[in-house]
Amino acid sequence: MVNSRRFRIIDALLIALIVCPLIFAIVLKVLTNPQSEGIAISGAVIYFTIPLPKWDLPITETQVNSWLILISIFGLCLYLTHGLSPTVKTKRQHLAEFIVTKTESLVHENMGDFFSGFAPFIGAILALSAFSSLSSLLGIFPPTSDLNVIAGWAILVFALITYYKLKCGFGYYVKSFTEPIAFLTPFNIIGEIATPVSMTFRHYGNIVAGSVISALIAAGLRVVSSWIFGWLPGAIGEFPLLQIGLPAILSVYFDVFSGCLQAFIFSILTMVNISGGFDFDIYTSRKNKKLNKNKRTQNI
Amino acid sequence: MLELAIGIILCGCAIGAGLALIAGIGPGIGEGNAVAKACEAIGRQPESRGSVMSTLFIGCALAETTGVYGFVTGLLLMFVVPKMLVNILINALVANGIL
Repeated sequence: MVNSRRFRIIDALLIALIVCPLIFAIVLKVLTNPQSEGIAISGAVIYFTIPLPKWDLPITETQVNSWLILISIFGLCLYLTHGLSPTVKTKRQHLAEFIVTKTESLVHENMGDFFSGFAPFIGAILALSAFSSLSSLLGIFPPTSDLNVIAGWAILVFALITYYKLKCGFGYYVKSFTEPIAFLTPFNIIGEIATPVSMTFRHYGNIVAGSVISALIAAGLRVVSSWIFGWLPGAIGEFPLLQIGLPAILSVYFDVFSGCLQAFIFSILTMVNISGGFDFDIYTSRKNKKLNKNKRTQNI
Repeated sequence: MLELAIGIILCGCAIGAGLALIAGIGPGIGEGNAVAKACEAIGRQPESRGSVMSTLFIGCALAETTGVYGFVTGLLLMFVVPKMLVNILINALVANGIL
C-alpha cells in the first residue's frame, strides 16, 4: 500500500516535470510577445544578449524553448521507464517497450547490424524533432522553425558521416571523391557539402512554409469574416467568427502531419547517409590487417 | 538619390522572391506523377496499399525539397537580404563621405 502510494507521488512529480516546462514556455510567450494585428511572420524573439569579446551571444526564444522541450522529453522518458518490472506489466511499460522495439527495428532495417547501437541516437533525434514541431500546437514558438537549430543537427550528422567514412581509412575517404572519374571531383565535393544544407533546408522550409500559410490563412479569414459579419452591431461585428475552428483543420496537416513526417525523414536520411558512406568490407579487412600486424610485432 | 537606390534594392528583392517561388512548379508535377503511379499500383494490387502509401509519403516529402529550396530563397529575399543590402549601401556611402 505504502509502495503504491509512493509510486503515485513519483508519478505526479514526473507528470509535473513534463507539463511545467511547457506551461512556463506558454507563460513566457504571453508575457513577452506583443499581440500583433494582421499578418505577422517573425523570427525568434531575442530575450537578452550576453556580451562576448568577438560576437555577442543572443539568448533567443529558440534556445529557451528547445531547452524546455528537452526537459519535457526527459520527464516523459523518466515517467515511461521508472518502476519497470519483468512480471507485472503496466500500460506505461507496454508503451515504453513498443517505442524502444519500434526504434530498434527501424534502425536495424535501415542501417544493418553494425550500427545497431545507433538506436538511442536516432530515437533522440526523432523525438526531439517531432516534439519541437508539435510544440507549435500549444502556441509557443517551435524551435524547428529556426534555421540555426536544424543546421546544428545537420552539422552533427555531417560530422558523424565524415567520421564513419574516415573509419575506412583516410586514403579511401580521399579516393571516394574521385569516383567514378577524377574529372568529377568538384561535383563530389559540392555534393558532400550539399548533404547537410539540403537536410537543413528541407526540414526548416517545410515547417516554416506551414506556419507562413497558417498565418496567411488566419489573416485572410479575419478579412473575410469582417466582410460577411461586419454589418452586425457592436462587438459581434468586429469579432472574427471565421477564425474559430477553420485554421485548426489546416494545422492538423501543417503542424501534426508535416512535423512528424519531416522528423521521420530527417532520421531516415541520417541513417541512410551514415550507413551509406561506410563500407563494411573495407573496414573489416583493415581491422584484420591491423590485428595481424599487432600479432606479428608481438611474436617478434 | 538614396531613396531611389533603396527602392531599386527592395524592388529587385521582391521580383527575385517572386521568381524563386516558380520552383514550386517542379515538385507539383513530380508529386502529381508519384500519386498517379501510387494509385495505379494500389489499383493493381490493393493488398499492398500500406507499403505503397508509406513509400509515397516519404517520396513526396523528398520530392518537395526543390520547391522548399525555392521557398527558403524567397523568404531570405523577403526578410533578410533587403536589410543586409541596405546596410551595405549605407556603410559604403558613409565610408566614401557622401552621407
